[in-house]
Amino acid sequence: MTTLVTASEAVGDPVANIGIFSLFVVVTMIVVIRASKKNATADEFFTGGRGFSGTQNGIAIAGDYLSAASFLGIAGAIAVYGYDGFLYSIGFLVAWLVALLLVAELLRNTGKFTMADVLSFRLRQKPVRLAAATSTLTVSLFYLLAQMAGAGGLVALLLNINGRAGQSVVIAVVGVLMIVYVLVGGMKGTTWVQIIKAVLLITGAAFMTVTVLAKFGLNFSEILGAAQSAISGSTTTGVASRDVLAPGARYGGSLTSQLNFISLALALVLGTAGLPHVLMRFYTVPTAKEARRSVVWAIALIGAFYLFTLVLGYGAAALVGPDRILGAAGGVNSAAPLLAFELGGVILLGVISAVAFATILAVVAGLTITASASFAHDIYASVMKSHQVTEAEQVRVSRITAVVLGIFAIGLGILANGQNVAFLVALAFAVAAAANLPTIVYSLYWKRFNTRGALWSMYGGLISTIVLIVFSPAVSGGKTSMIPGVDFSWFPLANPGIVSIPLAFILGIVGTLTSPDDEDPKLAAEMEVRSLTGIGAEKAVAH
Amino acid sequence: MSDTERPIRPEAISGERYLEVQASPEFQELRSRLRRFVFPMTAVFLLWYATYVLLGAFAHDFMATKVWGNVNVGLIIGLGQFLSTFLITGLYVRFANRELDPRAGAIRAELESEIN
Repeated sequence: MTTLVTASEAVGDPVANIGIFSLFVVVTMIVVIRASKKNATADEFFTGGRGFSGTQNGIAIAGDYLSAASFLGIAGAIAVYGYDGFLYSIGFLVAWLVALLLVAELLRNTGKFTMADVLSFRLRQKPVRLAAATSTLTVSLFYLLAQMAGAGGLVALLLNINGRAGQSVVIAVVGVLMIVYVLVGGMKGTTWVQIIKAVLLITGAAFMTVTVLAKFGLNFSEILGAAQSAISGSTTTGVASRDVLAPGARYGGSLTSQLNFISLALALVLGTAGLPHVLMRFYTVPTAKEARRSVVWAIALIGAFYLFTLVLGYGAAALVGPDRILGAAGGVNSAAPLLAFELGGVILLGVISAVAFATILAVVAGLTITASASFAHDIYASVMKSHQVTEAEQVRVSRITAVVLGIFAIGLGILANGQNVAFLVALAFAVAAAANLPTIVYSLYWKRFNTRGALWSMYGGLISTIVLIVFSPAVSGGKTSMIPGVDFSWFPLANPGIVSIPLAFILGIVGTLTSPDDEDPKLAAEMEVRSLTGIGAEKAVAH
Repeated sequence: MSDTERPIRPEAISGERYLEVQASPEFQELRSRLRRFVFPMTAVFLLWYATYVLLGAFAHDFMATKVWGNVNVGLIIGLGQFLSTFLITGLYVRFANRELDPRAGAIRAELESEIN
């Protein structure tokens, strides 16, 4: 990088950014408090009473799924690496077909509050629930940590707070707001926060997209041409030689980086339908048909959004230029905010900054309620207390867990601030794809599947993914590693999915076939009939 | 496995009844229609995605071939992934509404009438 300070003091007005963000917090807080009137029962707290429509839930899913990483990260990656940034968004989108075709409706018909409800339905309750909850907590924590640590960088860029203490305060504020949303609003409040955020984010991105297109006479080819000439004219080392219109600028260098890319692509496409916070959203609608409608809406909104980021990314390269982006405080992540400033000045930048913060808030709130529900429902009520607890007790434990998790996330977020933890989101997808998806698919579609298969697949997928990442260049031994200066890596890929995902699928088969077929056929029949017909599915709470 | 390990569920329909329903021709028809649609469709979109990923990883020159202005093969195939995702979503929804929902509804209605 050539210059480090050029843009950081020039970007907009921090007061406007904070003001618009505060407005978002006030509005969502009012909505959350209004939504929280009935949060006494577990159904209300964990699923919002299953009263959301498919459309509402689809918008909330988009709000939950489009994290700051996919907004700022993908637009920035396209601006700087071009096509290779676009590759990400395709994996994130196609993944929804797995959820639509194989998982969403059957899961809605079978489960109650958590992913583990489905996985343990016809298997031995305690060990399978414990495994599913362990994986849920792991995925949620990685994802949460990535969001909290990312908040620090965002603060530097958008609020012009460059001191460590100031950034820590903002991370703490984000954490406290998240705890309040979840405690007060439960799933209903969290869902509304996600809906409001999704509408703001998608509208904002659409507006910017139209503005960029208008600047180039609605000619997409011209944007591409302008982006490529801006990149070619870059004075930053290594950027000018990139062909940003074709793949290869980021992952083309060697066979290792090509395998790395394939590994990432696999984790993205199979991970989404195994993300516990995504799966839990399907319990907020009354029927399987509404779950289907949710995914359709989610696919439409997420697809449209990624098409916008394609225009925004190339637009940022063309209009802002790679040198200003890389020189700004947030680096690659600053492409979208800088473009907003270029297009609409202080006000548009303020809106986009507030939306980026709102994004972090909505995503972390969704993760927190998922993790705390899993702890209360799966570990506390099922494993520790053998179902001898009331639902009110589960809600109470879940609230305590949310507070503990929130404090934990604030602490870790402050510690990880400034570290390179970008790999954590990809890691969360890899764990979800390896530890969760095989067991979800097997238990829904394979009659012979049994407890040993589930445990081997879940623990095998979880442990292999984490062990491989610890000994990968993402953690040590590389220039951009989390722990610089030491090298204990022996696994060459920063994305372990290409090994751990097939391994987990195979372990599920081997574990199943090597243990006797002693599961209860009546439960298997019940699960299959319920999952396909919806008989006995949890009903919406009457209002 | 003790019964106390089981979650509390409405036991209005017995395990034997579930086995009977599972074996019924109506249910088997629903099950096989679902599977005959979702499994091949999943294979199709995963293969199409894999093709795209492999081309993106190894066939840079092919992907860089210009087609219209600065729009190249890579962008067109990439946008094709969006299009195919929207298309498969539409096909599935139409299929589920026509073929799955009425069959599932009939079986559910019959079982519910037994409980009440």
